[in-house]
Amino acid sequence: MTDLPEGVERRTFDGRKRLATRGETVYGEPRDEEGWRAWDAGRSKLGAMFEHGMDTGLVGGESVLYLGAASGTTVSHVADFAGPTYAVEFAARPVRDLIDVAEARGNLFPLLKDARTPETYTHVVESDLDCIVQDVATRGQADVAVRNRRFLSDDGRLLAAVKARSEDVVADPEAVFEAFLEDLRDSYEVLETQRLDRFHEDHLGVVARPK
Amino acid sequence: MNDGAPSTNAGWFEGIDPDESERASEVITDGEAEEPRNWPAIAVESGFVDSEEAYYERLHEASLDATRREVRERERADDMQLVHSIRAMDDAERTANELAERLAEWAGTLFDDADVGVDGARAVAERDPETPLEERVVSFAGRIADLADERDDLRAFIESRAPAVAPNLSEMAGPVLAARLVALAGGLESLAKKPSGTVQVLGAEDALFAHLKGRAPSPKHGVIYVHDYVRGTHPDHRGSAARAFAGKLAIAARIDHYSGEMKPGIHEELRERMETIRAREAGE
Ligand SMILES: C[S@@+](CC[C@H](N)C(=O)[O-])C[C@H]1O[C@@H](n2cnc3c(N)ncnc32)[C@H](O)[C@@H]1O
Repeated sequence: MTDLPEGVERRTFDGRKRLATRGETVYGEPRDEEGWRAWDAGRSKLGAMFEHGMDTGLVGGESVLYLGAASGTTVSHVADFAGPTYAVEFAARPVRDLIDVAEARGNLFPLLKDARTPETYTHVVESDLDCIVQDVATRGQADVAVRNRRFLSDDGRLLAAVKARSEDVVADPEAVFEAFLEDLRDSYEVLETQRLDRFHEDHLGVVARPK
Repeated sequence: MNDGAPSTNAGWFEGIDPDESERASEVITDGEAEEPRNWPAIAVESGFVDSEEAYYERLHEASLDATRREVRERERADDMQLVHSIRAMDDAERTANELAERLAEWAGTLFDDADVGVDGARAVAERDPETPLEERVVSFAGRIADLADERDDLRAFIESRAPAVAPNLSEMAGPVLAARLVALAGGLESLAKKPSGTVQVLGAEDALFAHLKGRAPSPKHGVIYVHDYVRGTHPDHRGSAARAFAGKLAIAARIDHYSGEMKPGIHEELRERMETIRAREAGE
């Protein structure tokens, strides 16, 4: 099992060891007296990637671009252990909640933008980022990763959760994942893949590095 | 430096006075660049801020501000979706009732215990048809039940959406009446621009027209009549209740359109005003 980044720990909640970060509660997760709050891997693909022991390369304090932030469940934990964290989400509704999450975290910058058109936030998101976390669960997931590669440093990491059913509701998940990886390989080197089914059915976790 | 769009590869802060928060929001929302750069370092070099720490603080404020504004802007556009939904709900309801009448007439010739209305249609839809003729009637009833279900789903949808689009109006009138007022005005913006006297009689256009032609007394209320504040007030005081209610609804619509923030104070004021009106004796 690989090390967790600094700022992420396994702590005991209700007698069970769970991932945790330190920060204000966001979605009703339990929090202990020292301020550690449980990170629910069942509600977070990045959490599930840690639970599956994937080598994310994260050590803590990274600069991060998070694509598909939704109401901020996962990105709140990321901002707890990372450095500057840019959170992109294109649906207005969940962004209302994301704003609340960002208000309590000075290093979290919410952006109501479409991840397929990175030029609309290139004037805001800095270059040479350490990490892109992608959880957009929509058609053209590989394309989103390829287009946002411009923000990553040469040694940065892409941590993507691929949802099989977003691409094609009837196709075999394995075929969908293979097609995603195929498209990704034009601009990234895939380092590790892992089915996240223990927490998220029909999802693949991917760690990659820019080519 | 100019007022137009920043050059294609400038950061959001370029040409911005650090105190111009509104301008910063605009650029974050509408700006573009080709290549990302080390914006924090450039912002320090250019003197926009004196440290990277200060840069991130600025960015935090500006991105929050821009995103808040943009969310409000988008949710405003949602008012037209609300308008379509309530119109569809009303059409589904009217059509279900009309078809239920047709069905009641038909089913009455076949089944002794056939009831009228949508409930009657639901009961007929449950029957096991025994002949090709009954099969048609039962199937027809099933369509009516489906249409009534659709109406219920549309209502639930409106109830979930209206509070986001018009929080104060929904709190005051209830989500469905709020949506209906928005629809009658043709959108939240036009509702926000109507004087309270117009809000009071929205939906009573026919009666108002008859009045203007000198054929009828002026209407005291339009759709707001369905609200308990009007209907539940003694007939002698309904006019004042409708006036007070419409006055606050007009304010609620303006707040919802221009700020989108919930303002508890106006709801409290209206409750108090209604208590005063209702405390009056009948005929007073
Ligand atoms: C599965 S949810 C993300 C959940 C979130 N990552 C978490 O764990 O808290 C996927 C999100 O991606 C957003 N999304 C889909 N396509 C997008 C795009 N092109 N640009 C930005 N956001 C997108 C959706 O609106 C949705 O909120």
